[in-house]
Amino acid sequence: MKKNLDYIKKNRFLYLLMAPAFVLTIVFKYLPMYGVIIAFKDFSYRKGIMGSDWVGFKYFSKFLYAPNFELIFLNTLKLSIYGLILGFPVPILLALMLNQLRKVGAKKNIQLMLYAPNFISVLVIVGMVFIFLSPTGPINKLIIFFSGHPVNFMSEPGYFRPIYILSGIWQGAGWASIIYVAALAGVDPELHNAATIDGASLLQRIRKIDLPTIKPVMAIVFILSAGGIMAIGFEKAFLMQTALNVTTSEILPTYVYKVGLKSGDYSYSAAIGLFNSVINVILLVFVNFVVKKLNEGEGLY
Amino acid sequence: MQFKHTRLDRFILVLNNILLTLGVLLVAVPLIYVVMASFMEPTALLNKGISFNLSDYSVDGYKLILSNAAMLRGFGNALFYSAAFAFVTVAISVFAGFPLSVEGFVGHKFFMTVFVITMFFGGGLIPTFLVIKHLHMLNTVWAVIIPGAVNVWNIILARTFFKGIPKELSEAAKMDGASELRIFFNIVLPLSKPIMFVLGLYAFVGQWNSFFDAMIYLENAKLFPLQLVLRSILIQNQVSPEMITDRAQVAELKRLSEIIKYASIVISSLPLLVMYPFFQKYFEKGVMVGSLK
Repeated sequence: MKKNLDYIKKNRFLYLLMAPAFVLTIVFKYLPMYGVIIAFKDFSYRKGIMGSDWVGFKYFSKFLYAPNFELIFLNTLKLSIYGLILGFPVPILLALMLNQLRKVGAKKNIQLMLYAPNFISVLVIVGMVFIFLSPTGPINKLIIFFSGHPVNFMSEPGYFRPIYILSGIWQGAGWASIIYVAALAGVDPELHNAATIDGASLLQRIRKIDLPTIKPVMAIVFILSAGGIMAIGFEKAFLMQTALNVTTSEILPTYVYKVGLKSGDYSYSAAIGLFNSVINVILLVFVNFVVKKLNEGEGLY
Repeated sequence: MQFKHTRLDRFILVLNNILLTLGVLLVAVPLIYVVMASFMEPTALLNKGISFNLSDYSVDGYKLILSNAAMLRGFGNALFYSAAFAFVTVAISVFAGFPLSVEGFVGHKFFMTVFVITMFFGGGLIPTFLVIKHLHMLNTVWAVIIPGAVNVWNIILARTFFKGIPKELSEAAKMDGASELRIFFNIVLPLSKPIMFVLGLYAFVGQWNSFFDAMIYLENAKLFPLQLVLRSILIQNQVSPEMITDRAQVAELKRLSEIIKYASIVISSLPLLVMYPFFQKYFEKGVMVGSLK
């Protein structure tokens, strides 16, 4: 104890350096965690967090029995699970394809192009989606040219999920492939040479050499994206939501925003947010467990 | 060394090239379309769509945008927020990363636990909003710059980088009687330019493209960053009448709104798209250290 105090005294400077990060973390991360207890209280701004009355699980059961609970919960699940299933393999395929390119210059240029959308903001992407898919937009001009009937994509609930997921892949797949490309670059070329001499075909080499190499990376990327299932891109869903597609676009985070900041129902909103986070943690633990089983003990933790 | 490919292999390689070309087109065509449309004469765009007739082109869209106060202010605000945010984040990350890299630092485990927990648990939207409100930070630039400035990943990356600096350097300095303070400022920081650059680049891009914090914490339109101005133009379809200088008829507004959308997309995305080829290797480095360490 004495020794530690001496160390701290002698190295005050180190603790001074640590102070900004520590203080800001306490204020902006831990105070809100403490603030979560308003989910169990009838929060009134006048009485403050401490002074407000306890109501137990009132707001949780209010949400669980709410008529729109099932819709919002399933929307959240569906959007993320479909997004994960459809979006996960694309970067891997891209990386395997890029890996077959022999010309270094061509490979670099293609990567440069494929990564570009990652640097466009989500807001602009959604803006582009709105422009391209509007009844008078270029896509509908094509549709009219070929078949005649314009489709109003943004006001049709059935189109929300495909548009959300496909535009996400358009924007992110190239960038997400970087990590696989790097892993594949680490494969010893001798391995491929030897396999070719032994008569292995291209597909066999991909299956027996390339895929096993990137398997650990795949596992970690998968866990991380699955752990974020309920925390999916709130901003994008929020921006893509229109009054007409709300039956598919309303997800837990957008609902938290509406109930909390729009209607000012702080306690109810905090309860829904907490519900969301708890499911998130459970999913992360569960997926990590499953991947560990499948991946010879290799998981995130 | 080249080997003879089987016919199937060659077929797959050709298919591979075709698919990659298609992929590149899929990404490039919409982007090129937006750029071309932004330079078109509004009526021509409305009636004919993209044309390759030189007389259908004009810079009206850009003239309108560059004469729009909200847009210009948004651009300036975004520049300021992004630069300030990058500066604060980098400073906090290297400041916190250094003590954690010092061997025998008392409290190492405590601080790490405090930081890492926040990666998995958080208070959520409303409790965080209430804290900001309590601190009277609503409607100030601080709400955009400060709360997100502590990034645990960045701290861990900085620490890992510092650990990679040869111990002999700081030990020699210690022999000569240098304090930790001197070691940090005279030896460690000058060597840390690469990591500071990568972290700063990421922070800058992230802040430039973000709108949500500004949307919930700012009310004064004068403080809005570019993305929020874009939101009203692109998403909410509100081209402000001040953009159409005189005789703001509805038809005119409609005629010009399309071109304004295209031009504003280009204006907002251009800075990042132009600088990104130069910084590509740093961005890639960022992904690599961020994911493997």
